[in-house]
Amino acid sequence: MTPLLDVENLRVTFSAGRENALPWSPQRVVKAVNGVSFTLRPGETLGIVGESGCGKSTLARALIQMVEAEGSVTFDGTTDLLSLSPKRMQPYRSQIQMIFQDPLASLNPRMTVGEIIAEPLKTHQPHLSAAEVKARVRAMMERVSLLPNQINRYPHEFSGGQCQRIGIARALIVEPKLLICDEPVSALDVSIQAQVVNLLKDIQQEMGLSMIFIAHDLSVVQHISDRVMVLYLGKVMEIANRAALYSAPRHPYTKALISAVPIPDPAIERAKKHMLLEGDLPSPLNPPSGCVFRTRCPIAQDACAQSAPALASAENDADHFTACHFPG
Amino acid sequence: MPMFEINNLSVAFNTDEGTVNAVSDLSLSIDKGRSLAIVGESGSGKSQTAFAALGLLARNGKATGSVRFDGAELLNAPLKTLNQVRSTGISMVFQDPMTSLNPFMRVSDQMAEVLIHHKGLSKKDALRQSVEMLDAVHIPDAKARLHYYPHEFSGGMRQRVMIAMSLLCKPKLLIADEPTTALDVTVQAQIMDLFGELRREFGMAVILITHDLGVVAGFCDEVLVMYGGRVMEQGPVDAMFDSPSHPYTRGLLQAIPRVDQLSPTLKTIPGSPPNLLSQPAGCPFAPRCSEVQPLCETTRPALEAFAEGRLRACTRPVLELAS
Amino acid sequence: MLTDTGKIEEMATRMAEQDVRGRSPWADARRRFLRNKAAMTALVVLVLVALFAAFGAQFTSFNNEDIDFMVIGQVAELGYPSLASGHYFGTDDLGRDLYARTVQGTQISLMVGILGAGVAVVVGTLYGAISGYVGGALDNFMMRIVDVLMAIPYMFVLIIMLTAFGRSISLLFIGIGLLSWLDMSRIVRGQTLSLKHKEFIEAARASGVSSAKIILRHIVPNLLGVVVVYATLLIPSMIMAESFISFLGLGVQEPDTSWGALISEGARTMKFGTLWQLAFPLFFFVVTIFAFYFVGDGLRDALDPKDR
Repeated sequence: MTPLLDVENLRVTFSAGRENALPWSPQRVVKAVNGVSFTLRPGETLGIVGESGCGKSTLARALIQMVEAEGSVTFDGTTDLLSLSPKRMQPYRSQIQMIFQDPLASLNPRMTVGEIIAEPLKTHQPHLSAAEVKARVRAMMERVSLLPNQINRYPHEFSGGQCQRIGIARALIVEPKLLICDEPVSALDVSIQAQVVNLLKDIQQEMGLSMIFIAHDLSVVQHISDRVMVLYLGKVMEIANRAALYSAPRHPYTKALISAVPIPDPAIERAKKHMLLEGDLPSPLNPPSGCVFRTRCPIAQDACAQSAPALASAENDADHFTACHFPG
Repeated sequence: MPMFEINNLSVAFNTDEGTVNAVSDLSLSIDKGRSLAIVGESGSGKSQTAFAALGLLARNGKATGSVRFDGAELLNAPLKTLNQVRSTGISMVFQDPMTSLNPFMRVSDQMAEVLIHHKGLSKKDALRQSVEMLDAVHIPDAKARLHYYPHEFSGGMRQRVMIAMSLLCKPKLLIADEPTTALDVTVQAQIMDLFGELRREFGMAVILITHDLGVVAGFCDEVLVMYGGRVMEQGPVDAMFDSPSHPYTRGLLQAIPRVDQLSPTLKTIPGSPPNLLSQPAGCPFAPRCSEVQPLCETTRPALEAFAEGRLRACTRPVLELAS
Repeated sequence: MLTDTGKIEEMATRMAEQDVRGRSPWADARRRFLRNKAAMTALVVLVLVALFAAFGAQFTSFNNEDIDFMVIGQVAELGYPSLASGHYFGTDDLGRDLYARTVQGTQISLMVGILGAGVAVVVGTLYGAISGYVGGALDNFMMRIVDVLMAIPYMFVLIIMLTAFGRSISLLFIGIGLLSWLDMSRIVRGQTLSLKHKEFIEAARASGVSSAKIILRHIVPNLLGVVVVYATLLIPSMIMAESFISFLGLGVQEPDTSWGALISEGARTMKFGTLWQLAFPLFFFVVTIFAFYFVGDGLRDALDPKDR
């Protein structure tokens, strides 16, 4: 089966100005995404987890040419999205849609809900009549459990959860093949989170969507993903099927992440041994040599400073890749 | 007499659209060395409870009831009393450390100022104690970092600085308002670990305001669950997680995905958060409750004891809910 | 999701109902503005001044040019304001009816203000929005042009132009219009820069909406609040600029007049005991400027997103 998305060695660098004010001093660059490769199968959900500054949002934006990137992003086995001119990229923009973290901020406050949801449709299918557009908007609103008679309301009249539903409706109205969700539930209340997660899951199955689900909350990612990728300082640490990653993580960073998530059960949570990471995230301007995680890694050795470990699959699981010299 | 006690606290805000009843009729108490969690979602009134207790309400807010610390009334007390209590008795840590640190002042000056002002120490002693406190919150190389500006610290380190500052005067009670919400999980684990250590070391009481039941489970002795400005359930942590007695608490626990187990679909609480502008006649949770009955819409259930140390506000008998 | 059949039925019945009308941010702002007493009073004052400019000429038999030969030479004794003589505001030094002249001056002054602000709104908004949204080298280029234009002491240039090419109201319009949009474009550019990184702009870009549409549909409507507030504050400063030039005697050409010209004349003849010649135009000038400022403040309070 051809993967829907085949990402090879994706790199995004940002310029961070010069080291000092002199015009000949060296340029400093931040490698926000540093050689990320993965594939996404049709109908699959890939969860991307990592802490702030790991490059997960930048990665999502690089896939759809919102930031400049190097490498290749092959869509549907045929086209490298990164090589397309903005004009030739246009048809692919309807096939890949995105939903955002802040539900209210991602909606134009001066537009009605109907106008907001209709915008991608009007952009990509300009031949549709106004009546058809309205009918499809109403149908989509109903699908995401919004009342269609609210079509003329404005975003500020809705709650956070409802605003996120509007964002989802806007993304799905052009029937994309791939939906990129950038922290779609982290701004929502706990009781609302579950509603939105379930809605995304239902719709994905119904429409056969592929999904990239970015979050810092490991439990939500576990709940929704088929496979999970762990990022740290712009690099892939581990990528595996969900069950394998959560039950038998091999990378020390993944282990630390999972052990840090508090469990809402006092007996388990108090008994649990937290694996606390030392120190802070290193500055992305000046990442450690060799393995980027070594400065905080509990099992780091000299070899880790020498060379960066490549992503290698486990012996007993060909889908379980880890970038560590000493995978456990 | 408990060290810190809130009785029948209500907080209301006058806004353009009408009166917002942020907190209604809340009572709680906490003793030395204990930890209490106030759990709720946005708009539940959990933060306003703390703000009201320390006299930090916005200008259009009005608080009634009673807040006592070591027997002294704090609610609507003169600024002098409040300052006295804020400096030596109760400290507060906020969600965003950047809002409570002055970005144009070195951390050393900000910390020393607190000690010089409240304890009358000399500048030299104040700085020495500041370094000790930064050490206590595990800031590496504290002596050098003391002279940093706030923006030179990372998010987690900044929160540590905030905690160090709030501990300078050795408070008896620390109120932490979502102290880890803006932080990553690994940093959150570090900070909660630190809170536990400091609690043991200084013997202070902690009120933790949060929406994260996982953090509550690991850290607190007692918990108070709020919805729509009212207490839904109150009691020891173990008992509440073991057998939640209120449909809201139960729904909340079922709606959270857990990293240690996998359920095929999450149970949801339908509907949207409450509108605090219109006080419902009945239970604030009634519109979203799965166990709702006609009585709930008309009569507000009182917060009543139903087991040793446990209180709940629900018209349905506990046994019926357990099914 | 909605397993409760009762809820689904309820939803179905509600769906059959009419579409709910939305409460737009503009409607909210209007509601807040209408509740602001000072701003509303100022708005009423402005409407009255505008009505005075538009229809004031209907209520007098004099026009702004004709000289009343009855009073000429004895203006201080006979030209005082009186209902009986028909000179409601008295006459000016040449015996022309001051009421008619004030009406005419009000027309010119308001027009200068509104036209200047209008140019600023249209040109400044589009210029600033494009510069801010496109960014990069174009932004640099466009903003350096603004810097260069701002560096020119425009009052000075205007005065030189008026002296060189002769006094004319159209030249005054052009001069003020050309310069009024500079500040506006800077303000708008700043706002655009902060809007540009909002998620809803990103959402529009991600789904392939063209830059022109993003500027017109997403950026400009969200800028309008700031633009409207600044424009209402710009009108009085335009009026003051024109008045200043007219006060120097370089503005409108006789027999046309403006507030500045009238105040200038009034000030000159004060010592002859014809204080009304200063008082009436000055009253209109001060009241109008005040009213514009109050309305501007009211709009700012009404449109301020902090309130929400």
